[in-house]
Amino acid sequence: MTFVSQFLKQARVMTSDLRHRRIIRTALGNYEIVRDKRKAAFQNWQSARQLAAETKWEAVNHLDQYLEELVAKLEARGTKVHWASNSAQAREIILQIVTEKKARSVIKSKTMTSEEIHLNDALEHAGLNVVESDLGEFIVQLRHETPYHIVFPSMHLTRDEISELFQRELGSAATNDPEELTMIARDALRKKYITADIGITGANFAIAETGMISITENEGNARLTAALPKTVISLLGIEKILPKLDDLALFLPMLATMGAGQALTAYNTMYGGPRQPGETDGPEEWHVVLLDNHRTELLADAEQRDALQCIRCGACLNVCPIFRNVGGHAYGTTYSGPIGSVITPHLRGLHDWKHLSNASSLCGACTETCPVKIDLHHHLLQNRRNAAQEKPSASEQTTYKLFAFAANRPKLWNFGRKVARLFQPLQKPVKGTALDPAKAWTQTRDLPPLAKESFKDWWKKRK
Amino acid sequence: MTEREKILARVRQALKTPAPLPGSHGKIHLPAAEQVRTSTAKQWLPFVGESFDERLALFAKNAAELKADFQLFNSADEMRAALTRLSETEKWQRVAGHSGGLTDAICATLGLPLLRTDRPYDVNDLESCDVGISECDALIAQTSSVLVTNRSAGGRALSVLPPHHVVLARREQLIADLPSAFELLKQKYAANYPSMISFITGPSRTGDIERILVLGAHGPKKLTILCF
Repeated sequence: MTFVSQFLKQARVMTSDLRHRRIIRTALGNYEIVRDKRKAAFQNWQSARQLAAETKWEAVNHLDQYLEELVAKLEARGTKVHWASNSAQAREIILQIVTEKKARSVIKSKTMTSEEIHLNDALEHAGLNVVESDLGEFIVQLRHETPYHIVFPSMHLTRDEISELFQRELGSAATNDPEELTMIARDALRKKYITADIGITGANFAIAETGMISITENEGNARLTAALPKTVISLLGIEKILPKLDDLALFLPMLATMGAGQALTAYNTMYGGPRQPGETDGPEEWHVVLLDNHRTELLADAEQRDALQCIRCGACLNVCPIFRNVGGHAYGTTYSGPIGSVITPHLRGLHDWKHLSNASSLCGACTETCPVKIDLHHHLLQNRRNAAQEKPSASEQTTYKLFAFAANRPKLWNFGRKVARLFQPLQKPVKGTALDPAKAWTQTRDLPPLAKESFKDWWKKRK
Repeated sequence: MTEREKILARVRQALKTPAPLPGSHGKIHLPAAEQVRTSTAKQWLPFVGESFDERLALFAKNAAELKADFQLFNSADEMRAALTRLSETEKWQRVAGHSGGLTDAICATLGLPLLRTDRPYDVNDLESCDVGISECDALIAQTSSVLVTNRSAGGRALSVLPPHHVVLARREQLIADLPSAFELLKQKYAANYPSMISFITGPSRTGDIERILVLGAHGPKKLTILCF
């Protein structure tokens, strides 16, 4: 099955799943209320957005300088930095570290980049025990699913489903109380932090000025993951750069506001190295893996370069009418929603993923909400244009050629219009079926009757 | 050519084509050397009040919303008494902490076994403690955050592994907003930053089950901030 037919099939199933739509509507309705409250607390939200966009623009458009600064600062404090051009190299680097350490167990805090490179499969294949520590990630890992949403991985599940899952997988007692369910996960993971040989984290920001990785979270699982194992590996895309440490004064509250409707998440932590002389805990070794994986190709597209400014807050997913109806899994991508539809064709091939550019109402809600002002809905149009230019569709070309031929000949056009009107009643019995030439439209809509009199005729008569 | 050189070469090649500035609707392409940022964060972030008392009130209000327990005292003695009461109500058996101007005197009066995390320690011992008591670098009114580093607050794990985190602070440690916090970090540590800096804003929390707030996901279920 091709990616497009899979997407269409999934989308059809999900849009008619009323239960799914109800869950998402409730979750995102609550999100909108708290997000708006936090936005309103800013002295000027639009100016804050402009500054955030400028700061990230500065970082992305001087990426080479800032990467070199970051790496020099990281290495100066004993951090081992690795560069990976693609997913395979990143997996290879991480597997090599794990093998060298003779590790058997890995504890992970939330990282979408590891989903992008399919790290868990690779680690499990190598015989390691891998545990996701973020509650939502832990839940979807137990279900052998990918995260539903880049910020809320288990948003599509009800507490009853989670309770059943825990009973089946962890042998816990039946309860549908969210607090008790959370405590079951807490207890299940507590010892894993202490016994894990390796901790793997992602990063929200990488600070060039001071050589630090900044991690935003609510649960404390990333704090524990970066504190207890002897070896910690942080995996991040090269675009995560921020120039200065104090840029975080803006980005931490913006990420919390747009990501979860919080003023600040519970833990925002900057790591500047492994355990330093005189420090009593923290990893003995810290590895940072910088991943390209087609990001430089997106960088080369100046028109869409701003997509690399993304801070993965998920705000565009939350407001997108398509995402809210088809859900996160229908996309079949690591990054879903508007930002996923924009970048996936760059990361995984335009022609396999160009259909996502059409999964949009072009309402612009994503562009309006984006805290770093990525021009998302125009990038969807540009992807459509690029796809059509690179590989034109023969049927579309023929259709438009015929249309142009007729539209340029008023007599032919008029004749056609009259004939079409005579034949229109014949369409009624086959409406929406395979015999209907306008099937794509008429399956769910009516075709309005063609007017008896054209505008041109009416205009002539009026004179 | 190493991967590092290859990636940097691709980046440099890509950046040869300039991209339009944000908000310029695709029109303005700026030369690299010029200033891109047109404002500073401080002026747009949430308002924090002018006077110390307003900021203190804001800190207390935010803390209440976050379900953090913030208590203000008139003297160190009052604070010590409050900690003893807390220890009795919660029936603490084992306490973890670190050496410091505030913690030394106060932890000693509890009369409980104390695990020091600013010396080499066993993590299993820390896990079995009822509470972690630490100092902090600052309290931030804007977000009701506690700023800690592994140098000032007993390492990386003390403030997250035990189920209760108690912070001891002085009134003068209250600062206005996030930009001032980064200013403070720069002044205090720029020559040699600690390997961990953390803004703690309320107790550990999650909303991963039906977006319903639950405290104590993996970190502390309780955060108590005692200040005099």
